[in-house]
Amino acid sequence: MIKAVLVINDKGKPRLSKFYEFQPPEKQQELIRSVYGVLCSRPENVSNFVQSNQLFGLDSRLVYKTFATLYFVFIFDSSENELAMLDLMQVFVETLDKCFSNVCELDIVFNFSKVHTILDEIILGGQVLETSSTEIMKAVDEISRLEKASNAMTLVPKSIATWQSR
Amino acid sequence: MNPFSSGTRLRDMIRAVRACKTAAEERAVIRKECAAIRAAISENDQDYRHRNLAKLMFIHMLGYPTHFGQMECLKLIAAAGFPEKRIGYLGLMLLLDERQEVLMLVTNSLKQDLNHSNQYIVGLALCALGNICSAEMARDLAPEVERLLQFRDPNIRKKAALCSIRIIKKVPDLAENFLNAAASLLKEKHHGVLITGVQLCTDLCRVSEEALEYFRKKCTESMVKLLKEVVNSPYMPEYDIAGIADPFLHIRLLRFLRVLGQGDADASDLMNDILAQVATKTESNKNAGNAILYECVETIMSIEDNSGLRVLAINILGRFLSNRDNNIRYVALNMLMKAITVDGQAVQRHRVTILECVKDNDASIRKRALELVYLLVNDTNVMPLVKELIEYLEVSDQDFKGELTAKICSIVEKFSPEKIWYIDQMLKVLSEAGNFVKAEVWHALIVVISNASDLHGYTVRSLYRAFQTSSEQESLVQVAVWCIGEYGEMLVNNVGMLNIEDPITVTESDAVDIIEIAIKRHSSDLTTQAMCLIALLKLSCRFPSCSQRIQEIIVQLKGSLLLELQQRSIEFSSIIEKHQNIRSTLVERMPVLDEATYSGKRAGSLPATGPTSNAASLNLPNGVAKPSAAPLIDLLDLSSDDVPAPSSSGGDFLQDLLGVDLSQAASLSGTSQAPKSGTDVLLDLLSIGSPPAQSSTSTADILSPGQDNTSVSTLQRISSPSSLSAQGSSPAQAAPMMDLLDGFSSSLPVAGNGLTYPSIVAFESNSLRINFDFSKTPGNPQATLIQAKFSNSSPNVYTDFIFQAAVPKFLQLHLDPASGNTLPASGNGSITQSLRVTNNQHGKKPLVMRIRIAYKVNGKDTLEEGQINNFPRDL
Repeated sequence: MIKAVLVINDKGKPRLSKFYEFQPPEKQQELIRSVYGVLCSRPENVSNFVQSNQLFGLDSRLVYKTFATLYFVFIFDSSENELAMLDLMQVFVETLDKCFSNVCELDIVFNFSKVHTILDEIILGGQVLETSSTEIMKAVDEISRLEKASNAMTLVPKSIATWQSR
Repeated sequence: MNPFSSGTRLRDMIRAVRACKTAAEERAVIRKECAAIRAAISENDQDYRHRNLAKLMFIHMLGYPTHFGQMECLKLIAAAGFPEKRIGYLGLMLLLDERQEVLMLVTNSLKQDLNHSNQYIVGLALCALGNICSAEMARDLAPEVERLLQFRDPNIRKKAALCSIRIIKKVPDLAENFLNAAASLLKEKHHGVLITGVQLCTDLCRVSEEALEYFRKKCTESMVKLLKEVVNSPYMPEYDIAGIADPFLHIRLLRFLRVLGQGDADASDLMNDILAQVATKTESNKNAGNAILYECVETIMSIEDNSGLRVLAINILGRFLSNRDNNIRYVALNMLMKAITVDGQAVQRHRVTILECVKDNDASIRKRALELVYLLVNDTNVMPLVKELIEYLEVSDQDFKGELTAKICSIVEKFSPEKIWYIDQMLKVLSEAGNFVKAEVWHALIVVISNASDLHGYTVRSLYRAFQTSSEQESLVQVAVWCIGEYGEMLVNNVGMLNIEDPITVTESDAVDIIEIAIKRHSSDLTTQAMCLIALLKLSCRFPSCSQRIQEIIVQLKGSLLLELQQRSIEFSSIIEKHQNIRSTLVERMPVLDEATYSGKRAGSLPATGPTSNAASLNLPNGVAKPSAAPLIDLLDLSSDDVPAPSSSGGDFLQDLLGVDLSQAASLSGTSQAPKSGTDVLLDLLSIGSPPAQSSTSTADILSPGQDNTSVSTLQRISSPSSLSAQGSSPAQAAPMMDLLDGFSSSLPVAGNGLTYPSIVAFESNSLRINFDFSKTPGNPQATLIQAKFSNSSPNVYTDFIFQAAVPKFLQLHLDPASGNTLPASGNGSITQSLRVTNNQHGKKPLVMRIRIAYKVNGKDTLEEGQINNFPRDL
């Protein structure tokens, strides 16, 4: 089971945090800080795996990858394959890339609720839901279309104007 | 109302937050936003509700409290529109959790949405349920989810499958309701549904034995067939990852097969062929392919025995080890660690590659490889492995040396085929990384050396040579100094020359030179210097021609600021000057240290240091067990060096050594105290004037000097050695001058009144000191009342003083409130606090306590920690 997905920028600011196991908000912040502390002190050219038993309890593994200014971090237990998690992270990033065409940190900051929607189409309750970025895109596009449609109909203030402005 | 304002306002808030230069600015922006949102909530503003919640989610991510928005989520979920519901469910997953009562209120909305005509709303509800479902919700909503497993749209089916996983994990009893629906998911063609369906079946097997039996019987064959299809399937662009078709489905299937095959030979048989096919056919030049191989290896290792497949699997791991990708090497090492218990022989074949990984650039790979090597060592390969490791020690990173050294020492101790090899390897390690060698390791070396009587000459000559090149390694110097002190004449006369040795010419004054260099080095610590003094005293007798020079060196330390050195210097020079007649008996060679008792003690004294030191018992095959001749005195001689060490942790081992030995002293008083002329005199000397006739209590006197009054300072005692004949054995307050030795008095329960115990100095740092007084209630031997007294010798007042203590499970601790929280400076007052400890293992285990003291000095927080091991034994 996947325990958490974090996106942290190189200054330590959380850009996306999703915990699939209950953690009180203070603990969430503490974990983000300590994960960042571990990651920013990692040298280059080392493996993408970090021992994280002290942070997340026994039987937890941490995989991270750096994309431009962002650390993408998956925390999961022994029922997931470490190498496959790396691929899943790749799927996530590829999907973001398709969605925002050349995704950058700002896209994620301003569209965090869309990023959450994408993530929810990949991982549900800590389990892998879908691994094909085409399928994920299809689902996300449907949701955007629905959103747009109902917004146009009701003229209710738009929750995420950025969705449509793109 | 401007319909376009809302979206921009969220953007504006994010911009404002991003524009903040300091954390304080950010807090101000957030505070303003939160205030506005609260106001909107209390006005029950509907138009901006979902925009506000979106903001709250952002605020939540930054770590600010957002609980006040929880009810807004529920309102949005209950709204009719899709955008409202979407944000509402997102908020529900982020801001709430399954433990909150509010969640009860959402069950009904969820139920409605699960039956909604819009499948995307159903999807939202399933997603939220899968993330936050509680046991009660699981019971309420399981029928809906079960029904959705057969929904026409595959997207809903796969979400329902994962949602079911959450439900059966929360309420395992519901598992059987899902069996049939889950089994039918396995017949799907849609990959997304298959992945989730296989996962659901795997989790069903985990929570229910019945499900496992069901799937084992009905699905093993079809799953093998499915995997075969997937492996041989044509190219599928949408599920392709780096050229491998659908690795995730591969992995899920392999994992499911593992669950089915574990503990069932028939099922395992069925899958042998396909596993072999996956293991041999999968391409291994891409991460995705390696992920499949890795999963396949794990499955092969877990299912019932098939040695052919296992060799194949371990060979795959062997190939992984030479992969250029760090990640692959990392997982391979992890897996080999598990495989070693299954098939050690097969893993041994990759020893050379594993050894290469010890030299990897990546620290975490190095660490794992070293651990693996440690597990691989056996009697036959120990010599080449240690040779390699020691060679690598020379070039390894500084920060890896400590770990490497510890492992090498442990291996050498555990597997050494003969003593000479052990001594050789240890000397190599000491000269290469002596500063990383732990005290107990070189203490063990000394025990071995003292037992190998035929190697004394060889060892002392090797140490002499090593010292010439590596005098910067503290522990090498210590061992060398000890050996030269003991076996100096063997060094000079080339006694006990082995065939493999080249003779060396060392004069008596060369040997003294070594000690002089060691004692004068700036880097020498107290232990080294104290050991040097003893070595010099011994050499003064063995090398009469150097006696004069030795005395000059000893005299130089008369002015040492360290009490211990000063005292020794004065005592030793008086021995050399005035007591020629007894000197030779006094400095006789140390009786052989008993390996058996020593190693037993080590094992007992180091329970928590992990496998490394536990394994480090000294079982050298050709060790001749010598009778334990007065080990007490030897140990005192060796370890009294450490007596003044003020830190409570540093001298742990030695204290422990002493502690254990003192207890022996009590039981063995007859044997160990048999008055032998030489040693007795030494004892008397050390005990500073206690009458020599007091055979069995003389030890007590050495070790409880704190029992006399403050007025007599050490120096006075030395100069007037007879003034102290009347040392009472009542536990009086310890005199400050004698604190140094106080740690030891603890181990000596005072005979007589069973309910009084000597007080101890439980903790002492530069300025802070904690005394413990003990008392027991008659009739309740398990409970002990401890009066703790804190005093502060620094010139600063300590404020906000808090004392905390923790004890192991077998103890119960109750702390009463302290008498105050301000500790006056310069010892002008103290804080007292009483502690009640109940020892459930009374008589079996001694008390032990970890303490932490927090206080403020000039407004600055200070934290001190320590462990108290020196409780009187029978508390």
